[in-house]
Amino acid sequence: MAEKISQETVIKVSRLARLSLTSDEAEKMTSQLAGMLEHFRDIDALDLADVEPMTQPYPLKNVLREDVVAPSLDRDEVLGQAPAAESGRFRVPPTIGFDV
Amino acid sequence: MSEVEALPNGWQLIVGLEVHVELATKTKMFSASANRFGDEPNTNIDPVTLGLPGALPVLNQHAIELAMRIGLALNCKVQPCTFHRKNYFYPDLPKAYQITQYDHPLNVDGFLMLPGDVRIGVERAHLEEDTGKSTHFGGSSGRIHGSDYSLLDYNRAGVPLVEIVSRPDIRTSEQARQYVAELRSILLAVAASDAKMEEGSMRCDVNVSVHKPGTPFGTRCEIKNVNSIRSVGRAIDYESRRQVDLLESGGTIRQETRHWDDSTGRTETLRTKEDADDYRYFLEPDLVPLVPDPAWIEAVRAALPVLPAARRKALAELCGVDKDGESALVVVERGQDDYVRAVISAGGDARRAVIYVQQAFAEQGSAPKVPAKDLAALTILERDAKVTSTQAKTLLADLIEAGGGDVVAMAAKRGFETLDTSAVEAMVDAAIAAEPGAWKKYCDGEEKALGALVGAVMKSSKGKADGKIITALLQAKKSS
Amino acid sequence: MQKLVEIASNVSNGTLSASAVVEQYLAQISAREPEIHAFNLVTADQARLDAAKIDIDIKAGKEVGALAGVPIALKDNMCTRGVETTCSSKILQGWKPPYDATVVTKLRAAGAVIVGKTNLDEFAMGSSTENSAFGPTRNPHDISRVPGGSSGGSAAAVSAGFAAASLGSDTGGSIRQPAALCGVVGVKPTYGLVSRYGLVAFASSLDQIGPFTNDVRDAATLLEVISGHDPMDSTSIPQPAPSLVSVLDQGVKGMRIGRVTDLPEGCETDVLERLEAAFDALRSAGATIVDVELPSLQYCLTAYYLIAPAEASSNLARYDGVRYGNRVDAADLNAMYAATREAGFGEEVKRRIMLGTYALSAGYYDAYYGKALKVRRLISDDFARAYKDVDTILTPTSPSTAFKFGSKTENPLAMYLCDVFTIPTNLAGHPAMSVPFGVGLDSMPVGVQVLASTLGEQAMFKVAAELERAS
Ligand SMILES: [Mg+2]
Ligand SMILES: [Zn+2]
Repeated sequence: MAEKISQETVIKVSRLARLSLTSDEAEKMTSQLAGMLEHFRDIDALDLADVEPMTQPYPLKNVLREDVVAPSLDRDEVLGQAPAAESGRFRVPPTIGFDV
Repeated sequence: MSEVEALPNGWQLIVGLEVHVELATKTKMFSASANRFGDEPNTNIDPVTLGLPGALPVLNQHAIELAMRIGLALNCKVQPCTFHRKNYFYPDLPKAYQITQYDHPLNVDGFLMLPGDVRIGVERAHLEEDTGKSTHFGGSSGRIHGSDYSLLDYNRAGVPLVEIVSRPDIRTSEQARQYVAELRSILLAVAASDAKMEEGSMRCDVNVSVHKPGTPFGTRCEIKNVNSIRSVGRAIDYESRRQVDLLESGGTIRQETRHWDDSTGRTETLRTKEDADDYRYFLEPDLVPLVPDPAWIEAVRAALPVLPAARRKALAELCGVDKDGESALVVVERGQDDYVRAVISAGGDARRAVIYVQQAFAEQGSAPKVPAKDLAALTILERDAKVTSTQAKTLLADLIEAGGGDVVAMAAKRGFETLDTSAVEAMVDAAIAAEPGAWKKYCDGEEKALGALVGAVMKSSKGKADGKIITALLQAKKSS
Repeated sequence: MQKLVEIASNVSNGTLSASAVVEQYLAQISAREPEIHAFNLVTADQARLDAAKIDIDIKAGKEVGALAGVPIALKDNMCTRGVETTCSSKILQGWKPPYDATVVTKLRAAGAVIVGKTNLDEFAMGSSTENSAFGPTRNPHDISRVPGGSSGGSAAAVSAGFAAASLGSDTGGSIRQPAALCGVVGVKPTYGLVSRYGLVAFASSLDQIGPFTNDVRDAATLLEVISGHDPMDSTSIPQPAPSLVSVLDQGVKGMRIGRVTDLPEGCETDVLERLEAAFDALRSAGATIVDVELPSLQYCLTAYYLIAPAEASSNLARYDGVRYGNRVDAADLNAMYAATREAGFGEEVKRRIMLGTYALSAGYYDAYYGKALKVRRLISDDFARAYKDVDTILTPTSPSTAFKFGSKTENPLAMYLCDVFTIPTNLAGHPAMSVPFGVGLDSMPVGVQVLASTLGEQAMFKVAAELERAS
């Protein structure tokens, strides 16, 4: 399995998750994650080469819906719950650079 | 193939296309909210569309059917498939992940034939959901750079998409244009999408690289925002030149996403590979696998209409024109090939029928107003030299204007006296007698002398004789 | 404690008014809620209106449902139209959903009266309800102890008599463990039996809604109301739900009950003694106790704490301050995202988002998430082998009785170990329930867990009913 998680990796992961960690938090997080990941090494010893991953507990397939329109939610009710709205739309601060 | 775009110094262009197509369903990919373009912002929204806490996706059966139509029309294998989450943050993406297909897409391994029998591989055509729409305000340009804020409309969020990924088999910008045009006419033929590039229901991302034949492919750049078939060609021409110039001057190509600016005719860096997100794909736990029943696939295949390429071929054979030529291309694209067939069934001249329709029926759609028998009568008048080709064009315009009618009466009204071949023959004999010098020169092989003889017949017929008929009669008399 | 089934039948036949029932429960809430803090929101006014409407319907001779006039509390991660739904998180504080969860629609249709939204560990991540952004819930049996979690508020609400029943959600034990710690019955149904539509997702492939009640019959009654196929949930099982109340009196004669020989260590001895007493009771009632081996059980914690955070990291990405919930303003979009999520999420939620993001990220997927999915298969296979020999399996629900506040908060792993007996069920997608079975050395309730295979709810309820008769 991978080497011990570094604080650098923790900071990279926090950016991916859009969580801004202070350096104290990053340090604490690094040691806690390292502790957990150490505990999780118990599965390293297992021979899993021929094991099929299990992603869903109940095997279903082809769950489909008819193409029939249902009414929209009320726009005012929805925008009333938004942090910021304007002209029938949700408002967000500008994007600086092309981050995504 | 046109050599205009050929790159200097032996550089070879390599292009692959990723085309996103919005499906013509009534509802969204995963919910019953309406899939309609042009509505008031945020009036086609529901818990799933907005990614509200607790909302769950359920697959739209009709979207699957349309996606299978696309796959089958592109000669793909339709196979059992799954959905993944592609995780990234952007305000137009309500759940902060896009549900898409990853390692097991619905359609794989197809191809599309271009004119000249050029085969372009289709790697996959997978299902996914569209994002909402951001509009940027403030700043100077209204563009994302330097804006003050953005407003979001989620009507488009969750609209079903098929992303069609070609193999990097395209070698010229002309082929790329042909690929998009052909793909578009296939999508229209199978009624999977309205494929309006100007409304964004068909969108092209273009992957461009250059290399020297015999060496590995070069680093590619992906060009976004290419919104018309013309722009596809222009963007590729610009981008390939940019890459060649950079390489020729000792530079290297960075793998990046570039933005096509139609007004400046240039591409510019949007983002580089280094700051690309890590999408953390994993199987969407809220959906179950889709395993299309073979009987369903076969039913969809059986219901497919005849596709444009086959229709062009059939029309071309019927009318004696080139299958990759303008008339077959245009008539089939407009869906007027059945009309041409009706004109021929009504006794019309096949070649004239297809050419009349190509040239004069641009505004007529797939069900022209002119009755097939009327157009058939016109082609016969012209074929039998009852009218000249110039007169026939006038009558065609009259016919379209009036929405049909008796062409013989129309010709009479215009004063287009119908001259039969025997009358013309008599005039030809008279012209030979009147111009013995010219006749001798013509018989001695001087083709230029033909003009004087034809001119004389034209004059005596007051322009009503058909030049082609006169020439044919003179030729016949010379060799007899 | 009033039984749900008695309330419903008395209200239906007019011997008891729904309004009187509601007043009685609201009075109990007024008396003890300040010290227990089971609720994020008590919807007293709406409850009174709903009860009055049921009384009018009954007087008018209208048909009323199986839960007529029954006061029910909902875990605050189930969407209720126009009523605040917070997941005990600052990021959703104040959010009023524009729609009802399917279970809420079903409860209303059955005549239930919703009395409030109960406290939980933020986004259902925890085993003590100490991770609520709005303060912990206290165990009604001893307010110096935790009620368990994450559905601690729902367990405490039933235990304290604030509602005749409640709903919780169970991702790794979040119904069964607090049920055990609060001395009530708690059921996690088969994955797909109860619709997840409108349940705020924690880990989509593990989450299930289930009931908390005072006894096994109430649990069977309530589960029958909320289960069944829902076309809004693609993972909902497209079959009629099993009939449960009908099997409760059938006894366990001839049934084969599994005893796990390789149970993970760390369980307190008084809890293990109660488990042995449970085996004895079933044996006396005519069941056969059979040893079963579940060798992969020891890897469950690892598999779970990779899979659940991975799914959670994706499920919780939508809390970005754009469409609903709270925002911390900032000059640009990415700064707004980070500030909003930094301020809106508590420590445990951030820890799991980090863990899950890491487990899914490029270069680590195969080593962590991918491997965990394979271990999940091993566990499922272990169970499949065991269920060839037995009808149900009995284990402790929780390794200990309710613990004191703060005793595990500094060590996340110690807290995770609370779920060691409940997690395997979620990984396999099986049903399991906790039944109160006496008390430990500290006089606090002990729960015994009955496990069954997929859609094995009937066998599970037969055993649970027998244990209840014996306790
Ligand atoms: Mg793409
Ligand atoms: Zn795409």
